[in-house]
Amino acid sequence: MTSEFVQAVLLTILTSSIPLILAAIGELVAERAGVLNLGVEGMMICGAVSAFIGAYDTGSALIGAACGILAGALLAAVFGLLAIYLAVNQVAAGLALTIFGLGISGLIGKSYVGLKLTNASHLHLPWLSDIPYVGQILFGEDYFVYAAFALVLGVWLWLNKTHAGLQLRAVGDNHTSANTLGLDVQAIRLWAVLFGGGCAGLAGAYLTLAYTPFWSPGMTAGRGWIALALVVFASWQPWRLVLGALIFGGATILQLQAQALGVRIPSQLLSSVPYLATILALILLSVSKRGKANAPASLGQAFIADK
Amino acid sequence: MPDDFSEPLVRLQAITKRFGSFTANDNVDLELRKGHIHALLGENGAGKSTLVKILYGLLAPTSGTILFAGTPVTMTDPRAARALGIGMVFQHFSLFENLTVAENIALVLPASLSRAALYEQIAAIGERYHLRLEPARMVWSLSAGERQRIEIARCLLQDPQVLVLDEPTSVLTPQEADGLFITLNQLKDEGRALLYISHKLEEVRYLCDHATILRLGRVVETCVPKDHSARELAQLMVGTQIAEVKPQVSQHVGEMRMAVKGLSLAPDQTHGVTLKNIELQAHAGQVLGIAGIAGNGQSELFAALSGERLSGNAQSIFMDGKAVGNRDINARRALGAAFIPEARFGHAAVGDLTLSENVILSQHAHGLVKAGFLRRRAARAQAARIVEDYDVRKTGDDPLARTLSGGNLQKFIFGRENSSKLRLFVIDQPTWGVDARAASTIRRAIVDCAAAGTAVVVISQDLDELFEISDQICVIHEGHLSAAVPASGTNRAEIGLQMTGGMNGV
Repeated sequence: MTSEFVQAVLLTILTSSIPLILAAIGELVAERAGVLNLGVEGMMICGAVSAFIGAYDTGSALIGAACGILAGALLAAVFGLLAIYLAVNQVAAGLALTIFGLGISGLIGKSYVGLKLTNASHLHLPWLSDIPYVGQILFGEDYFVYAAFALVLGVWLWLNKTHAGLQLRAVGDNHTSANTLGLDVQAIRLWAVLFGGGCAGLAGAYLTLAYTPFWSPGMTAGRGWIALALVVFASWQPWRLVLGALIFGGATILQLQAQALGVRIPSQLLSSVPYLATILALILLSVSKRGKANAPASLGQAFIADK
Repeated sequence: MPDDFSEPLVRLQAITKRFGSFTANDNVDLELRKGHIHALLGENGAGKSTLVKILYGLLAPTSGTILFAGTPVTMTDPRAARALGIGMVFQHFSLFENLTVAENIALVLPASLSRAALYEQIAAIGERYHLRLEPARMVWSLSAGERQRIEIARCLLQDPQVLVLDEPTSVLTPQEADGLFITLNQLKDEGRALLYISHKLEEVRYLCDHATILRLGRVVETCVPKDHSARELAQLMVGTQIAEVKPQVSQHVGEMRMAVKGLSLAPDQTHGVTLKNIELQAHAGQVLGIAGIAGNGQSELFAALSGERLSGNAQSIFMDGKAVGNRDINARRALGAAFIPEARFGHAAVGDLTLSENVILSQHAHGLVKAGFLRRRAARAQAARIVEDYDVRKTGDDPLARTLSGGNLQKFIFGRENSSKLRLFVIDQPTWGVDARAASTIRRAIVDCAAAGTAVVVISQDLDELFEISDQICVIHEGHLSAAVPASGTNRAEIGLQMTGGMNGV
């Protein structure tokens, strides 16, 4: 196999896992605070369309990315208001958010279908980017890739090494105790959800600004759901999430390669490989005891302070 | 001895708290002085918890004032209470299971504190107050006594002037409780004001300088507990005479109704306990008491005895000589057994179903379901019978189970499961969180049930209760069950020692 071919395959695996990492790391933070937001898919697609419009109209990918983050956070704010402050059932509110996001994104982006964007700028370091096999991967990516890994590192450090991160974990473990200790449970959860929304929006922005330079309705294609599964798969640990995203990214690329090579399996079945892998991973996890042990104890429960 | 006439550090004046039409605290006065331990006595539902939550800023009073060192204060949340110097140790600990001991403590300390300084402070406070702590351990792996030490250490690190303790000994062994009293007396000698909430009267008489007794939200008496007998205090708390339960000494041991042989079972919960080679025999006409500190395998044992979890070995449990190890709870019920689990809501009863529907839940085999349809009238009649027989206080004809108080619901559940045809009765924590009068009714009923020829197994954390009703007592510790001994041939200290594993293998 040539260096170019290997590099190309590794590259596509990496790039297809980036939106998963971005969306999942945000959801991970929200879930560690005890909030299950099933609206990832909806926030992601709104981020995608907003980023495309922002970048297309201004010509700046940076402004586009900012629009994506903002759109995701805006939807998350609606969810936060419902699920955290009004104590609406989190599952119902999250599902509503996804359905709403898919619908509204189609409406907003109607006149932008079929337009094309120039690709996001890539890092290029002389010498380093030209190292065979890994040079392009390590030192020649678009900025999103580095942002994704920086986010994972940042979240890991923040959760485990800072006082604020400790407070967030405490809120997710036992919100009643957190309240009696004087933590503002609802405010901490709102910030976590907003962060999650921003990350989902950024994941969407990556799709329209770097992954495919155009917008089409429904283009997230279930990635938000895979990101949700990834958080469980990663047992709520940031670094395992990267590993999981690479596996799912790999499954996506594998089926594309298999289709291209003309493997005699119906293409519909091959396309469903990443989703089947998701289900399989979740089954394996719920069977194993360790998987469940790490779940934040108050995940999915609304907190209502009695006064 | 500190001056009794000094200005009190904390003074609650005419505190009233209403929830809707229900008055939890009615015009309550309370004074706490430096260097004194003040007891707050009362039954469940007397308003102790409400009052304490007001003192700690968790609830806002409907009316009344709180004076701290002579100045009126308004506390909107616990942070405000802590800033004034009020600390609290909760009955159901406010700890985080999936964080380490050090992380649990770090949450209330300044964010700027370094890890090394934090460990140093924990070690220093442990040294000073005899609070043994392991900072790196995860909380879920610790016993109730160890958890309490974290709570106390966490409070003391904030150097509180006032320390509130909500039923601190309810989860401790007698030995652990003695250790706690040493710490509390030390805090008192340092000039702090302590509020000690309990319904264990001997403890209060031994430890406390003053007592305020609440009944139905009102102060009925303020006194020096040492000047009164435990019986007098109990009468003030309850308002009526409490009947003492006296088991008649059984003349002979009846036939064996249940035998457990070499039962081992891995837990199904993440932080559960493994049952190890359990041997147990329950005889007709006898009460077998199983003592133990919470979390030593009681709920796992109950699930195995009831058949909610099967061990996979038919020969591990016998009922009336039949191997039932592989038969589920319904099969065991059909053989004449009944079971009452610890958790009233969600396990023994469904809060959002009516009483008659709750009867159907476990009695569906007894003619309450016909061809798949519910026989509501029969169920209602049976519910009414139970209400009548066990003096269950309720509002409405057939109310939702969750509208009953803990004691009344427990009486109802007991009545639902009890019957004259019962051969075996297994009860987990029969009077946990139940008021004194209902507890006494239930204990009386347990003893009567055994006298009528049923084999009764009672799992309880309350040693007084076990000594009151049991013929035989054994101890569960870390999934091991000790051999049963006659209750008359042992004492609290011996059983207490076994509860901490102190006499393992003896």
